[in-house]
Amino acid sequence: MLWEVDVWFKDRGDDHGARSFSSAAAAIDPADWSAARTVRGWLIEGDLSHDDIVRLAEGVLIDPVSQTYAIRSMADAQDSPFVGLATAVHVLPKPGVTDPAAETARQAFRLLGLTPQAVRSLSTVWLPEVAGDRAERLAWRILASDAIHEVVVGRLMLDSIAGGRHWTFSQTSVSLEGLTDDGLAQLSRERCLALSPAELTAVRDHFRTLGRDPWEIELETIAQTWSEHCCHKTLTSGVDHVGPDGPAHFDNLLKETVFAATQTVRANLGAADWCVSVFRDNSGVVRFDGDHDICVKVETHNHPSAIEPYGGAATGLGGVIRDVLGTGKAAKPIANLDVFCVGPPDTPAADLPPGVIEPRRLLSGVVAGVRDYGNRMGIPTIAGAVAFEPGYLGNPLVFCGTVGIMPRNAAETSPQAGDLVVVAGGRTGRDGIHGATFSSIELSSDSESESGGSVQIGHAINEKTLTDFVLEAARQRLFTAITDCGAGGLSSAVGEMGATLGAEVDLDQVPLKYDGLSATEVWISEAQERMVLSVPPSCWEKLAAVAAEEQVEATAIGRFTGDGRLVLRWQGTTAGELDCHFLHEGRPRTTLIGRWQTPPAQPLVVHHTDDHSNPLAQPLVDLLALPDVASKEGIIRQYDHEVQGCSVVKPLTGRGDGPADGTVVRGVLGRDRGVVLGVGLRHRLGRVAPYQMAAGGILEAIANVVATGADPSQIALLDNFCWGDTRSEEGLGSLVEACRACQDVAVALSAPFVSGKDSLNNVFAWKDDAGQPQELSIPPTLLATALGQIDDVNQVLSPAFRAAGDRLYVVGLTRPDMVGSQAELLGLTTGGSVPQVDTKLAGKIFHAIHAAAKAGLIRACHDLSDGGLMTALAEMAIAGGLGCRFALEQVPAEIEASLGLTGFARDLVLATAESPVRFVCEVAEADAAAFEATMAGVPHAWCGETCDLDPRVGQASVTIIGVDGQQRAGVPLAAAAAAWRSLQCG
Amino acid sequence: MLSPRALILRAPGTNCDHETAFAFERAGAIARRVHIQALAERPATLDEYQIFCIPGGFSYGDDIASGRILALQLRTFLSDALERFRDRGGLILGICNGFQVLLQTSLLLHDPQTGPQATLAANTSGRFVDRWVTLDVRPSRCVFLEGLGRLELPVAHAEGRFRTRSAETLAALEASGQLALRYGLNADGGPSNPNGSEANVAGVCDTTGRVLGLMPHPERFLDAIQHPALAGTTEARGRNGVGLALFTNAVRAVS
Repeated sequence: MLWEVDVWFKDRGDDHGARSFSSAAAAIDPADWSAARTVRGWLIEGDLSHDDIVRLAEGVLIDPVSQTYAIRSMADAQDSPFVGLATAVHVLPKPGVTDPAAETARQAFRLLGLTPQAVRSLSTVWLPEVAGDRAERLAWRILASDAIHEVVVGRLMLDSIAGGRHWTFSQTSVSLEGLTDDGLAQLSRERCLALSPAELTAVRDHFRTLGRDPWEIELETIAQTWSEHCCHKTLTSGVDHVGPDGPAHFDNLLKETVFAATQTVRANLGAADWCVSVFRDNSGVVRFDGDHDICVKVETHNHPSAIEPYGGAATGLGGVIRDVLGTGKAAKPIANLDVFCVGPPDTPAADLPPGVIEPRRLLSGVVAGVRDYGNRMGIPTIAGAVAFEPGYLGNPLVFCGTVGIMPRNAAETSPQAGDLVVVAGGRTGRDGIHGATFSSIELSSDSESESGGSVQIGHAINEKTLTDFVLEAARQRLFTAITDCGAGGLSSAVGEMGATLGAEVDLDQVPLKYDGLSATEVWISEAQERMVLSVPPSCWEKLAAVAAEEQVEATAIGRFTGDGRLVLRWQGTTAGELDCHFLHEGRPRTTLIGRWQTPPAQPLVVHHTDDHSNPLAQPLVDLLALPDVASKEGIIRQYDHEVQGCSVVKPLTGRGDGPADGTVVRGVLGRDRGVVLGVGLRHRLGRVAPYQMAAGGILEAIANVVATGADPSQIALLDNFCWGDTRSEEGLGSLVEACRACQDVAVALSAPFVSGKDSLNNVFAWKDDAGQPQELSIPPTLLATALGQIDDVNQVLSPAFRAAGDRLYVVGLTRPDMVGSQAELLGLTTGGSVPQVDTKLAGKIFHAIHAAAKAGLIRACHDLSDGGLMTALAEMAIAGGLGCRFALEQVPAEIEASLGLTGFARDLVLATAESPVRFVCEVAEADAAAFEATMAGVPHAWCGETCDLDPRVGQASVTIIGVDGQQRAGVPLAAAAAAWRSLQCG
Repeated sequence: MLSPRALILRAPGTNCDHETAFAFERAGAIARRVHIQALAERPATLDEYQIFCIPGGFSYGDDIASGRILALQLRTFLSDALERFRDRGGLILGICNGFQVLLQTSLLLHDPQTGPQATLAANTSGRFVDRWVTLDVRPSRCVFLEGLGRLELPVAHAEGRFRTRSAETLAALEASGQLALRYGLNADGGPSNPNGSEANVAGVCDTTGRVLGLMPHPERFLDAIQHPALAGTTEARGRNGVGLALFTNAVRAVS
């Protein structure tokens, strides 16, 4: 029997879903939709009576204070519960799509002693009578996503929701014989393998030596293992490069730049080396305090998020949390960060390539995904950024990061021959098939329909219980190694853990969400919330007991053998057999060609003029309102950034909720040592100067944590390379330039990279109205993440002005660096210089700032980034609720006389240039001499003071005085704050 | 004298159990985290404790409604044990998700005939919100809030809008002094009610004053530097946050 229970609010005022639907609908299909109502529906199938269903509804499904319900059997008519609303639109998860609410409901029903065969949740909107196609269009635009939902207008008629069919084992071999390169390429495309003809040729040759064709499951295993996602084949290729510094050859680009930098830093540190495990495990591990190490990882989940923003971002975060959980012998996640790069929020619909989700809806989807997953996990989402650029319209970037903490000496894993292969957590379904290979392929306007199977929905509570289980099992030392099931599913997880030992796996033992999965599907499914553990047989019983206590499913599915072979079985029959050495080392190496030429510099022209009073006032207000600069409060408030009780510096800081540079959490409750997190992104330089884009981003990340109190001698870095087409010489050349920048900066600042990730070929392809092929590429983008540490969280720095009458210092050097600046984006300038990093000076400045902070000489500190000096001053004022009076004449600057920058043009450049590594510090009068002494040797100057009331405007204001002594801006604090808070986002 | 013992209940999806246990320990109690499954199997465990706390989180995902399933478990397995616990002088505290759970049990604002008298509905904004709010403590019998006046604490929830069955219910609760904790005015004079609660209610106690449910998180303000306006200031260094007072009040009351 199939029942439907409909639940709705008695009071329309409680129906928030209806309100948001009405306003969204009115924007798409102008009409009065304000009468719409929503219903939460439950489909319940099983041998249950009407009375049983009443018990379920009243015991579990409704809130007796505010809600009411109706029950119908599928055979009954569907009557509207609302007068005047005749059209019903139902949105259901597609069969097989994760439905957390339904799973929870089933669990609750069991408490009442009732066990339905199947449960599915749905949502229904009731509308005034309208044509079905109109209602359906609204549902698709507002409520549903093609990748995961079905939409039904009118009466819902289903025979059964139980579904499921049986799969009988069969062995499929795939012949690669007799195929030309074109034929191999076609086979790779049709099977979504993302393998090149050269790679498939190597596979063919390997199987020739065995005297047979590869079986499908073997070919799939190789495709997962050799995917760009899993082994970074472009970045680890050989490259012949010609750049501005002449020709260079790399046998392995990543190894000889980023990895090499870390090796150099570690060698230079000698006995003081504080790295523990780098570029080896699922995240990078460094020393923290006497009994803990900390680890960090940042992942991208770009392609899935482009198609289904909510599910893509949620599972992106879920995946990186599992990376941390699966580091060493498990780490506890203590902080999350997220960074989104999307198209400008007000991009007109006509400028959107077909099949692309508009940036605002996309952003709100990814934010909701991170919110619902991160908040449920109970991990503070405490750091992040959002950048807006048209290049991200087709390929938005979604970065999710997690920091974890683990006991000392837990970073090494030691799986042993004879250990059991144990899979724990969620069950395996047909979700996320081909995620690893899909992420290595370009998106197109048809991606949504072609690749729906690769989109997954997260179930955060499964991951929370899995985390509780893993941490308890780790405490009891019940496993020798652990890794997460991410891209490539079991094939990658078991393959990596058994890379040298070899393993045998009984695929029929893997617990399934529903019947009917083939052996290959079980092996490569990317179903979420699963970890693989290597468990000594002597620990198995205890491990199973911990799993039962935490209500987590843990199943032994095989064992590590020690013979170097990967053997897959189905009910005892061998389904696949691979040599681990071939699988992990057999990929043919290629040498690529890179080329980069620095584009010619353009002369600096200042377009804005001083033909009216306060000529910098409007630019300041406009800068504060630019999407990159403006407050992201609408997003930040949706994240729980205080759970775990360890947060000290949060993303919004000061009485006025200004923007923090870095954020700080204690490593351990009750202890004062803190973790400082910061990110840097200079993507607006990516197309013109990839070296400076990367170097500037890294320095910005470091500046952010130093401005928050982190010790510059113990900063770990992460790289996330997101690139467009790297198959062209120029595209690859720009990547080489960025890798070189990573190497140079890391070595110079003794800040090692500890982990990283790349996402390449972020190019969106479509055909325009005239049938011409079009492409849109993202700008070369390096996201740099800095993981800093602070001895005592009582000594953090914040950008909020503290007291009137304090001195304001600028530390660092300003140059006419207008290329890629927010002022350039506003049209205030064109041309000028590309911001160049000076790593030697940067190191001196970071150490001077930290010395002053340790000595208690700095009352507030802010890093200068987007929008430059003037913007930073306004942000400090907003945060602290105090104004300032600031003279540009004193600002330490290097501006060539030949540029002829005088008067107002000079003021504008000083106020808005984006030269890297500069700070504004608030210093009490009494500490000024000591502060200046600490800054000896780095450019610094006393340029102004904080102030309370500006008598001329009757409130605090940000006042800027030009080089000729004239006031250039006097912006009341309330006006600055209103502009800064004007962005509607999230 | 022996330190009082606090039982911190946890269930799948509970995520504030560690810091809540830490807060009770800092206040002088011995705190133990106990899984609902273990407690349901052995309700007599409660006899070893003087304080019972349901901390924040998303028990069972809150996918159907916040706190729904954990409340069902308490009603099914622990109803009598918890009523006895309260009647013998034990203290019961529900924070955030714990408050949402308590309202669906017989322990707080419950009428034997009509059931729960109030609910925590979705915020008016329709969204999760994490922000600091100003709170006013009204005169009441509540032992947790004794001696407290105006204070600031963070909230973090999507369903915190206190809503009673009827205007009469609200008036009766007001008259009996159970609406003990209210959202007040911010420093800038604006209302700090983050969710649209009736009568600005942020927390309520039962008629004995020994059971409190509240949406704000006192366990997140044990140190003054956790306040967003105080981090990095010399005046905050080494000072306690106001949130600690709720836990020390509880520990003192049962010592």
